[in-house]
Amino acid sequence: MSYVIKGETGEWEVVIGLEVHAQVISQAKLFSGAPTEFGGGPNAQVSFIDAGMPGMLPVINERCVEQAVRTGLGLKAKINKKSVFARKNYFYADLPQGYQISQYELPVVGEGEIILDMPDGSSRSVGIERLHLEQDAGKSIHDMYPNKTFIDLNRSGVALMEIVSKPDLRSPEEAGQYLRKLRAILRYLGTCDGNMEEGSMRCDANVSVRPVGSSELRTRCEIKNVNSVRFVMQAIEHEAMRHVDVYESGGTIDQETRLYDSNKGETRSMRSKEFAHDYRYFPDPDLLPLEFDDAFVEKIKANLPELPDEKKERFINEYGLTPYDAGVLIAEQENALYFEEVAKGRDAKQAANWVMTNLFGALNKLGVGIAESPVSAKDLGRLVDLIADNTISGRMAKEVFEVMVDSGKAPDAIVEERGMKQISDTGPIEEAIDKIMAENPDKVEDFRGGKDKLMGWFVGRVMKATQGKANPGMVSEILKKKLAP
Amino acid sequence: MSLDKATVRKIATLARIDVPDADLEHLSKELSHILGWIEQLSEVDTDNVAPMSGGTDLKLNWRKDEVTDGGQPEKVLANAPDPQDDFFTVPKVVE
Amino acid sequence: MSELTNLTIAEARDKLSKKETSAVELTEAHIAAIEAAKDLNAFITPSPDVAIERARQSDQRLQKGEAGLMEGIPIGMKDLFCTEGVLTTAASHILDGFTPPYESTVSQKLRDAGSIMLGKMNLDEFAMGSSNTTSYYGNVKNPWKGQGGKDLVPGGSSGGSAAAVAAHIAMAATGTDTGGSIRQPAAFCGIVGVKPTYGRCSRWGIVAFASSLDQAGPMTRTVRDAAIMLKAMSGFDPKDSTSAPVEVPDFEASLGKGVKGLRIGIPKEYRPEGLNADVAALWDKGMQWLKDAGAELVDISLPHTQFALPTYYIVAPAEASSNLARYDGVRYGLRVDGGSLDEMYSKTRAAGFGAEVKRRIMIGTYVLSAGYYDAYYLKAQKVRTLIYKDFTDAFESVDAILTPTAPTPAFAAGEKEDDPVAMYLNDVFTVPASLAGIPGASVPAGLSSEGLPLGLQILTKRWDEETMFRVCQVLEDAAQFPGLTP
Repeated sequence: MSYVIKGETGEWEVVIGLEVHAQVISQAKLFSGAPTEFGGGPNAQVSFIDAGMPGMLPVINERCVEQAVRTGLGLKAKINKKSVFARKNYFYADLPQGYQISQYELPVVGEGEIILDMPDGSSRSVGIERLHLEQDAGKSIHDMYPNKTFIDLNRSGVALMEIVSKPDLRSPEEAGQYLRKLRAILRYLGTCDGNMEEGSMRCDANVSVRPVGSSELRTRCEIKNVNSVRFVMQAIEHEAMRHVDVYESGGTIDQETRLYDSNKGETRSMRSKEFAHDYRYFPDPDLLPLEFDDAFVEKIKANLPELPDEKKERFINEYGLTPYDAGVLIAEQENALYFEEVAKGRDAKQAANWVMTNLFGALNKLGVGIAESPVSAKDLGRLVDLIADNTISGRMAKEVFEVMVDSGKAPDAIVEERGMKQISDTGPIEEAIDKIMAENPDKVEDFRGGKDKLMGWFVGRVMKATQGKANPGMVSEILKKKLAP
Repeated sequence: MSLDKATVRKIATLARIDVPDADLEHLSKELSHILGWIEQLSEVDTDNVAPMSGGTDLKLNWRKDEVTDGGQPEKVLANAPDPQDDFFTVPKVVE
Repeated sequence: MSELTNLTIAEARDKLSKKETSAVELTEAHIAAIEAAKDLNAFITPSPDVAIERARQSDQRLQKGEAGLMEGIPIGMKDLFCTEGVLTTAASHILDGFTPPYESTVSQKLRDAGSIMLGKMNLDEFAMGSSNTTSYYGNVKNPWKGQGGKDLVPGGSSGGSAAAVAAHIAMAATGTDTGGSIRQPAAFCGIVGVKPTYGRCSRWGIVAFASSLDQAGPMTRTVRDAAIMLKAMSGFDPKDSTSAPVEVPDFEASLGKGVKGLRIGIPKEYRPEGLNADVAALWDKGMQWLKDAGAELVDISLPHTQFALPTYYIVAPAEASSNLARYDGVRYGLRVDGGSLDEMYSKTRAAGFGAEVKRRIMIGTYVLSAGYYDAYYLKAQKVRTLIYKDFTDAFESVDAILTPTAPTPAFAAGEKEDDPVAMYLNDVFTVPASLAGIPGASVPAGLSSEGLPLGLQILTKRWDEETMFRVCQVLEDAAQFPGLTP
């Protein structure tokens, strides 16, 4: 089902391209030996190179190159064994050199793709245009002082991967899916932690609209630095509407950069500079072309983890999970690992249910991630075992699980302590049934007379009499026999 | 190539160098003169010639991912015109 | 001049090892000489206290027998090299008060080799110039005077370094050469100047002008001194991505090998119509000297020579316009208050940069700008490849190339100042080698008919400074250039 904006003059579709800036996980910065880890005071993570001091020169960090290639492989993209660093020249207070070292005509990674898993189960391929390495800028703080802006260069020089999609996205929903998938891939690869709130992953959205059925590309606007998936989706929606309104009232869209105001739910133009941005890109003469051989790429390829798409495919095939369930479980690599430990040697669907419904539910309530889970995969697996071998009933298990979450104890211990073992001996069950039948002859007669619904009543009485410990399956079986006329 | 005053003003803005209006005429003449002299390069046949990348034909040197720098804000700020509490400061920027 | 300030590095090295003098003595003699020659304006920042302190430490090392390559040698440091704790200005108002918290690799190497820094030498602002008449700190005077005692320029951009060495107020000095800024002033002042292969010396800590062209090099009174000093300055620096991981040969060891059997190329394009008669005559003399010493002269052609200057004046300003963007009043140097950030930038840079620097930044900005990049910058880099190819082709049939260093002897301050292009033409013989990244040296070879120094330039292929030094030595021996009389 395609996303369409119904305007007064007709229907419009949205054309969206996303540019994501992902901070590379590395110890030191892209071109200097200053640390990327934050924690020190302002300007404490700054090398003279990052501060753009006279005579300073860049030297590339090999790990950043590896991370970029690794990401390129994760995006099934073309790896360019020769690429060039270029200077992007402009003036801003948080850009000490007066230029950013980036890549222009020859990026390190070329075309690739990301597969989107849509909620309705379909999947769609979205093209990646390119990925390149570049320096991050410092931070400007405008509100510390009445008429001054404060500059902290700690972030200046941190390695970024700029990942540019092709303008293949057609709805805010797809944009959200794309960001979630990209984030998962980056986290799986360990090349970026994908934390949009903290700014280690930033998204700029390029939005334009066109009449449904047309293939033209109209003027687009760029919405910069939106810091959550939700806001990206909102911003795109609002911006697309704005374009439609403008076109329908006979106006034209100017190409400009805009910001999304989540409070007001609208985009607004950035204080546009009258000076056009002419970045005067040219190859950085302080650096030589970045070159590496096939062996370098092969080594990285050989050490790639199983990626989300592959893992999902495997979960569907190996564990018989539905695409939806598999999709939920692989969204975070740690969750997938947890699930697999629980599922090993057990009924995968059971394992999946317990993880997705009970465990995730508990974690959400506690507000923690799986790394802080009070219930270990080993213990949850054990719980599933206890149900499978009839030691406890499914309903009991839910209670045991609650206790596991609160106490962190293992299920065996809890079952033991609280005497929650299911009664699966026929003896006690027959006794209980006989007693209830004896005490309720009229009900027995009614059932035998045709009131089948009374089975439930009998089961309930037996469960009550056994404090819920009787194996319900067994109760039903024996009741059926005994109640048979 | 002749540069008119408007172009000179644009370049000056890109380069963030204030050029008083009174100087624009003279500067545009000087720059036009220099550019006119440079024009002769168009005579050279450069079909199928690769541009020289930098001044050398060596391979790019790669550095190990280790922290070897930073942790010296005093030195970084030592020459700053208007430092405040370990920050650089500039006139307020409105975004 | 005293006996001590007449010594060359080699002679001083000898006397120091024989304990016939001391580092402190040498330094004190030079400090006095500097004081007496203030008129030259060769120094921006004399650093006598630093010098005496380092001289004392040097004497201690000499006593222990731990002499470095340049132990106890008093030198001038072009004020483009960042020196820790000592004002570094690049001869510009925009670096007012800038005291680097770091030391450039080359100046550190010279320090580690035991040399004594007498102070920071004057230069053309940001190394842009061929006359040392664009410095914020005033012009430098050539110790050689014109007819009737007229003041002459020392050449540039390393004018202060050249003048100081020629006037014997420094035993040697560092320079940087981007389009001829070591070789041309060396020729104008009658001293030796060497631009090594691009990548031979580290650029880390040198205020950048044009990154793909800048190279540090020695400026000395003799070829042997240049060989000694270049060895101390050279070497791979992992902090400079354009620094070459190449062994540094013992340049001094190559000096006595002579030129027998060497083929010396004479490029016809370096003798245009109307070449200065004295320069042409000296070039011919130089050829004869080499022939007499057993070399073979070979006529060669470097067909793209005439395009070298315009190529240079696209590439260098383009790189400079980007390299000088960091001078914005935010983190160091001059700041002129403006209402907004952009106004602060524009006012600071307008006030801080001199006219020539501004011109080059504007040209550089223009040739990189949208719509012009292909026609100018990209085109220039392609022509540069052709210029480089001219040399590599030539070096198939010759071992070294001999040319004049400059088209004229030193001129008077004030001449050529109306027309920037006329000033640029000073570099016509030096720029091609810069564009190709090959080493070049200027050796003082004779005097013009007005009695002013003229230099001859020797070029060799990349990494072959050894052959270059061999040829230089032969020329020096034949020329017996007098230098300034003590």
